[in-house]
Amino acid sequence: MIRLDALTKVYHTSHGDVASVSNVTLEVPEGATCVLLGPSGCGKTTTLRMINRLVTPTSGRITIAGRDTGSVDPVALRRTIGYVIQQIGLFPNMTVAQNIGVVPRLLGWDAARTRKRAEELLAMLALDPGEFLDRYPSELSGGQAQRVGVARALAADPPVLLMDEPFGAVDPVNREVIQDEFLRMQKALRKTVLFVSHDIDEAVKMADCIAIFRAGKLEQFAPPDELLGRPANDFVRGFVGSDRTLKRLRRIAVSEVMGAPNGAGAGPTVSTTDDLRRVATLFLEHGVDALPCVDESGRVVGTVTRAAVATRLGAR
Amino acid sequence: MLRTLSISMVPQRSLVPYVVLGAIALSIVWGLVASGMWNDMLRYRKDVVYLTKQHLVLVGVSGSLAIVSGVALGVWLSRPWMRRYAEATIQVVNMGTAIPTLGKLALIMTVLGIGALSAIVGLWIATLLPIIRNTYVGIRAVPHHLVDAAQGMGMSPTTILRRVELPNAMFVIFAGVRTAMAINVGTAPIAFLIGGGGLGELIFTGIDLQEFGMMLAGAIPTALLAVAVDFVFGQAQYWLVPRGVNPLRAS
Repeated sequence: MIRLDALTKVYHTSHGDVASVSNVTLEVPEGATCVLLGPSGCGKTTTLRMINRLVTPTSGRITIAGRDTGSVDPVALRRTIGYVIQQIGLFPNMTVAQNIGVVPRLLGWDAARTRKRAEELLAMLALDPGEFLDRYPSELSGGQAQRVGVARALAADPPVLLMDEPFGAVDPVNREVIQDEFLRMQKALRKTVLFVSHDIDEAVKMADCIAIFRAGKLEQFAPPDELLGRPANDFVRGFVGSDRTLKRLRRIAVSEVMGAPNGAGAGPTVSTTDDLRRVATLFLEHGVDALPCVDESGRVVGTVTRAAVATRLGAR
Repeated sequence: MLRTLSISMVPQRSLVPYVVLGAIALSIVWGLVASGMWNDMLRYRKDVVYLTKQHLVLVGVSGSLAIVSGVALGVWLSRPWMRRYAEATIQVVNMGTAIPTLGKLALIMTVLGIGALSAIVGLWIATLLPIIRNTYVGIRAVPHHLVDAAQGMGMSPTTILRRVELPNAMFVIFAGVRTAMAINVGTAPIAFLIGGGGLGELIFTGIDLQEFGMMLAGAIPTALLAVAVDFVFGQAQYWLVPRGVNPLRAS
């Protein structure tokens, strides 16, 4: 669990003091992904960098698993926190294996264990270890490099991962693929992730909770469904966009709105694990008001109706 | 794209220049033998051996001092706490580089007097400046996000310098060292003028006496030394700069 407590960062400039982050309090449960979202210059990156103490807070406290990070040697602290940046930052003088092995080496792992860990991580990120371990970063594509960047952050199995717009430099098609891979991996690893983004769609897709920032202040901190369903103020409403209801559909599973089977006939079906985007698409394409839902074995287990969807969207 | 760019900027490593040089050297030797100058030169064999040793000491001592102190000073200037003074210092270094080497030697002589010490100090300073500049510029050119990533992963400042900044600046540092050593070897004969000894003694005396055999007995070993030193540092640059950041070894 990560807790930020009245976290504030003030920069002294020639125009006087500027609060880059002011009085931010939030709590990210263990194993959750929290996206820090907002326009550029809103303080989200500064907040992230205070967590691994690349930026020293002016006031306030950060605790990770109950331990005040201000009381720990910053260098030792950072070795227990994975860090991924937008520019990836792979060291061009080191091979992929050496890059992934940076933190293990700092922690004093032996060479064999470090190499084995690098192989394991590459395999997990869908990169063939035999092909990639001894390549240099200049020999990787953007998507491959970002996967290695994530592998490097995970190398010493840190409980916490900080990601600063990690997929921002990847092209849209590959970004979707890497996001999906990351979600799948995160399901298994359950790291506590703080993720900076300026992309509302990415945030809705990745986050368990979203923190929206404006000018250094936390405007709203809520799960994506609540944020989209009940924006706290006009700024949040404007930021999430007028299509916020459509965005919500992505994060609601069929199983959440499914009613008892009503014996609907042949035609399209949806799976209980689909999200409501597919349901809405089928409603519109086929002009129907109800769809049978099937489980993994293809058995009809329920029905989803327009009325049920409307209730779910209006309920909160 | 960056890689192709750097390839086109940096000459490909090849042995062709050395083959060309060898051919020129052979034809010169043939010319010397044919004209009878070779026999004149052989008369100075003992002097050549003695003065070459002196010359190698001048180059070796001043060069290695310059490399060690130049890299150290360049690193020191690149540290965050030096940022306020670094640019101004580099400007001074640049102005220092602009002073002709002979002028530098003369200035040193007025302070330290005549002798090998003045020569070594003069050569050291002339060699030092390009090394400081390239080390500083090379380290400052390491992208900031690399240092940020290194810091964020829990590297100490010393580890960042050793494992990130220096390796990534190494190619530029080596370029500086090569330039500096070319200046050093090229200037070493002038050391004779301030009493430093070395092969310059044969060259300058040969010119004064219009003894071309004597002059060539000094000039030819000097030229060979220049080629050898450049070859050694070229090889060092090729093999010691990590492959991932070595445009000469880009696959």
